[in-house]
Amino acid sequence: MKLKTIFFSLLLLAISPALMAGNTINGAGATFPYPVYSAWAFNYFRTTGVRVNYQSIGSGGGVRQIKNRTVDFGASDAPVKPAELKAGNLLQFPAIIGGVVPVVNVKGLSAGRLKLTGEALAEIFLGEIKKWNDPRIEALNKGLNLPDSEITVVHRSDGSGTTAIFTTYLSACSGDWSRKVGTGKSVNWPVGIGGKGNEGVANYVKRVKNSIGYVEFAYAKQSRMCYVKLKNKSGRFVEPSFESFKDAAAGARWNPDTGYYLWLVDAPGDGSWPIAGASFILLGKEKSAVNRKVVDFFEWAFKNGDETARKLIYVPLPESLKRSIRDYWKKNGID
Amino acid sequence: MSNQNVTDYKDKLFRVVTFGAALVVLVVIVGIFASLVEQSLPAIRKFGFFRFLTTPTWDPVHEVFGAASSLYGTIVTTVLAMIIAIPVSIGIAIFMTELCPNFLKGAMGTAIELLAAIPSIIYGMWGLFTLAPIMGNTVEPFLQHTIGKVPYLGSLFSGTPLGIDILTASTVLSIMIIPFMASIARDTFTLTPQVLRESAYGIGATRWEVIRNVVLPYSKGGVFGGMVIAMGRALGETMAVAFVLGNKHQIAHSLLDASATITVTLANEFTEADSNMYMASLFYLALILFVMSFLTLAAAKFILKERAKS
Repeated sequence: MKLKTIFFSLLLLAISPALMAGNTINGAGATFPYPVYSAWAFNYFRTTGVRVNYQSIGSGGGVRQIKNRTVDFGASDAPVKPAELKAGNLLQFPAIIGGVVPVVNVKGLSAGRLKLTGEALAEIFLGEIKKWNDPRIEALNKGLNLPDSEITVVHRSDGSGTTAIFTTYLSACSGDWSRKVGTGKSVNWPVGIGGKGNEGVANYVKRVKNSIGYVEFAYAKQSRMCYVKLKNKSGRFVEPSFESFKDAAAGARWNPDTGYYLWLVDAPGDGSWPIAGASFILLGKEKSAVNRKVVDFFEWAFKNGDETARKLIYVPLPESLKRSIRDYWKKNGID
Repeated sequence: MSNQNVTDYKDKLFRVVTFGAALVVLVVIVGIFASLVEQSLPAIRKFGFFRFLTTPTWDPVHEVFGAASSLYGTIVTTVLAMIIAIPVSIGIAIFMTELCPNFLKGAMGTAIELLAAIPSIIYGMWGLFTLAPIMGNTVEPFLQHTIGKVPYLGSLFSGTPLGIDILTASTVLSIMIIPFMASIARDTFTLTPQVLRESAYGIGATRWEVIRNVVLPYSKGGVFGGMVIAMGRALGETMAVAFVLGNKHQIAHSLLDASATITVTLANEFTEADSNMYMASLFYLALILFVMSFLTLAAAKFILKERAKS
């Protein structure tokens, strides 16, 4: 009798995911937006009863899984190229904005004091600018007392969307960088040491004197790191903030016809932070019934999720971009 | 059916079941090997065998991949970890079997077993947040000021001590493999027949002579086996090393330089590998590690067998 009960409860447990499948959306991919997607999913489940199951397995895995149609939506920190979207019969749209912030550890410097340009940053990461008192840095920072000591470069040791955004920016600013190193989630770094994850890089920058590294905006803000002001396309020095990221996203020329393929680096606009990036959602074009459910979730998040996102230090999409994405859904037969 | 028949039938069934269980292992091994080969085919075709093994470049952007740097890192960290761990673990084993007062034995045995039970990610976090600063701020500058001044040997400790390097990684690795080696060595030491020991003491041998001339020779095979198991673990260790090695693809001459091992490269780059050639090259690396571990074990088995013969 007892055995039977155990047997049936086990059976029930085994088939319960199948029973719930009607009310579950499965997604997988990028690790960077995981906290905000899961917070949205939690609130969405409470209000609608629909479960969104998001696994942060990495952008590469997310793209592969949606291509094989093993998930309902994929997520990637790097936009998938239009040709690749076409080959995989995929739809793509941005869902959240993030960005990268260069951080330094130089004695006597507080956050926002040091000013850099994209070219200078590229030269530091190429190992061409070796010391903090290099004339190329001093010219940008008149009146700042910079030490005569060697710069230690800290970069990510693991493949990451953060690195992809950062190297895309360096490539956009420096021909040398794009020729010698190029852009990618992991690259062949000319100099420096590698830390694993944002926490690894942050740890080394904090510990190693005269170092420079790059971390996600949320990470820089939470751990109160000494960030750098950067010169944007309009020639102004800007600070990393919600506003400057939003300006970058609003000023960019998003094109729905290419699946919003765009790197948000060096974006136009007076207030734009130059190293930003969107995290993207990928859908299988032919799966209209499933796509409707996924889109319902993101529509709900666009309407109700901005506050949650901001609390977690993510930058919500600007209204103009949300409108464009809604049109994009409609045009592709999902509303 | 007679009783005899039932027993026969049961015997047969038992044989089939156990054979099946044993077969599973073989099938899994062959299956893993086959899928590794299959997945890495594009990289094998493009880079060949010797070129892949000898190229130190690892450039995902330009799709130039070579295993030399990660292979070098794997071997150097493993060898260095063994150099640190072997004397320490044999020392532990000797102390515990020959010299340790009884009331300490239980506590120390448990401590060593606990050390083996700590998940490797915890060693990684500890390595990053605790050991790396100590190495970078204290141990490595000290080494630079002492051994670093010795000609030739000194170049092993050149560079800026940051604590994220081969030396720190090998230290973490050695701490992880010490419990394996120490407990296996302890077990084989206790297997030395009491008669042998007592007769040695009987003819007036000192404690040191008994350990050196009776216990150690008697348990050579077992100690060696423990070393091989520990080495297998060091070769394949991932998370503990991933945090403190830097994943830099270079053939570093200083122990204070960052490096990469095969497993660290896989763990760091697998999730975000986007192009097919990148993926295939990672699988190729995995294949090389698989073959390497296999060869290590096979060589150890062979040596043990030869020794048993003689």
